[in-house]
Amino acid sequence: MKTIIKYVTLDLVRNKIMIIYALILAALSFSVLSIDSNSSKGLLSLLNVTLLFVPIISILFATIYFFNSIEFIELLLSQPVKRNKVLLAEYIGLAATLCIAYTIGIGIPLAILAPVYASVVLLVSGLLLTLCFSAIALLIFVLFKDKTKGIGAAIITGLFFTLLFDGLLIIFIYSFSDYPIDKPILGIISFNPVDLARILMLLQLDVAVMMGYSGALFKKFLGTATGSVYTVVCMLFWVIVPLFISLKIFKKRDL
Amino acid sequence: MIRIKELTKTFGKFTALNNISLELKTGSVVSLLGPNGSGKTTLIKSILGLVIPEKGEIVINGQPIKNNWEYRSQIGYMPQIGRYPDNMTIAQVINMIKEVRADVKAYDEDLIHGLGINKVQNKTMRSLSGGTRQKVSACLAFLFSPDIFILDEPTAGLDPLSSELLKEKIIAEKKKGKLFLITSHVLSDLEGITSNVVYLQDGNIVFYKTIEEIQTVTGESRLNKAVAVLMQEIK
Repeated sequence: MKTIIKYVTLDLVRNKIMIIYALILAALSFSVLSIDSNSSKGLLSLLNVTLLFVPIISILFATIYFFNSIEFIELLLSQPVKRNKVLLAEYIGLAATLCIAYTIGIGIPLAILAPVYASVVLLVSGLLLTLCFSAIALLIFVLFKDKTKGIGAAIITGLFFTLLFDGLLIIFIYSFSDYPIDKPILGIISFNPVDLARILMLLQLDVAVMMGYSGALFKKFLGTATGSVYTVVCMLFWVIVPLFISLKIFKKRDL
Repeated sequence: MIRIKELTKTFGKFTALNNISLELKTGSVVSLLGPNGSGKTTLIKSILGLVIPEKGEIVINGQPIKNNWEYRSQIGYMPQIGRYPDNMTIAQVINMIKEVRADVKAYDEDLIHGLGINKVQNKTMRSLSGGTRQKVSACLAFLFSPDIFILDEPTAGLDPLSSELLKEKIIAEKKKGKLFLITSHVLSDLEGITSNVVYLQDGNIVFYKTIEEIQTVTGESRLNKAVAVLMQEIK
């Protein structure tokens, strides 16, 4: 399994899209962070960049990559290797590369220009998002036989979590604003990794109360420490559950 | 040897393999023929464990393959379309497969040298032509000297010289008592190497005969003609 991870990573770090992804993130971070001397404003902008780009790019790139590797996976499976090892190795290799690209693009500029605790949290939340959405991409890959349908599903899933989910949440809040819905909303938010990442970051910044309903709720009900632990645990579930289901389905899937 | 018993595989309403039983013996080259969609690839993939059949049993050298993966160490597989990670070089792909098969220490690199793959080993897979990729696939199938070879359209993209070389290699390995299962649409390519012919149609075995049987029944010595005659008789 280590062998496969090694070679998948070696292949992907030379992928042009990965290099461009890292460079664009780096350019954005350097420019945003050097505009203002107040690092928390820069961090907020970078948070928005992360929340917008990381899910979409991770899920799309991962889905396309998995579908393109199908013949390669078949070749590996014609060797005496277990199915779940091959699939897990593909996932780890891909997620590792995406994480390296994010760390280069966001982590290094942060370490140079804004070496504060909140920067570490931003890095962690970005990396968790990468892991979540590559795991969802893996699930899409094992669920769909057809590449085009798979990519379509990836786009819809990506947009659902980044845009649509919040819209639906607002409709929900408006329609039930006469009722005590604070706690149900906390529960609902746990179903969106993007919101979880946002909250994890906002809990570290003083702007939590100003940045919308969800941030304020979390701060009020959970406090910074418990809230952070809760969001990280939820996000880890978003990595483990899709991975587990994927492995389970892949065991019985025809190639 | 490969023993297939009452194998059935359906995709939705489509029956790809319909209750197939076959016994393939060592030391033979079995050609798997049939029109497109007749179930050739499904049969091959079932043997490799890539497709999981609903019913039936496949036994390879005495081992049932269900929920088993070690048996694949005895099989060398050459896929119809070989696609490899874009940015890997040929040398990296070969080394990776070697590392995956750390249990094997002796490599059969005749084809790597014969097909000239060692001369282009630093090229990335992305930059290779279809034929060169096919050569890489062939090298990988023969690398660990397995007992059973499964070759899916092995000569489809190869130039005549390489195709001839591959055929010679197949004959040499067959003499060592290896079993080959080959699919091809180009019957003339199988001329001289085939010892048995399996003809599949709509998931059923139409016939399974040795080449001598076919030649005596039809009175034709050339495989192309003989199979055509046989097909017409069945119709």
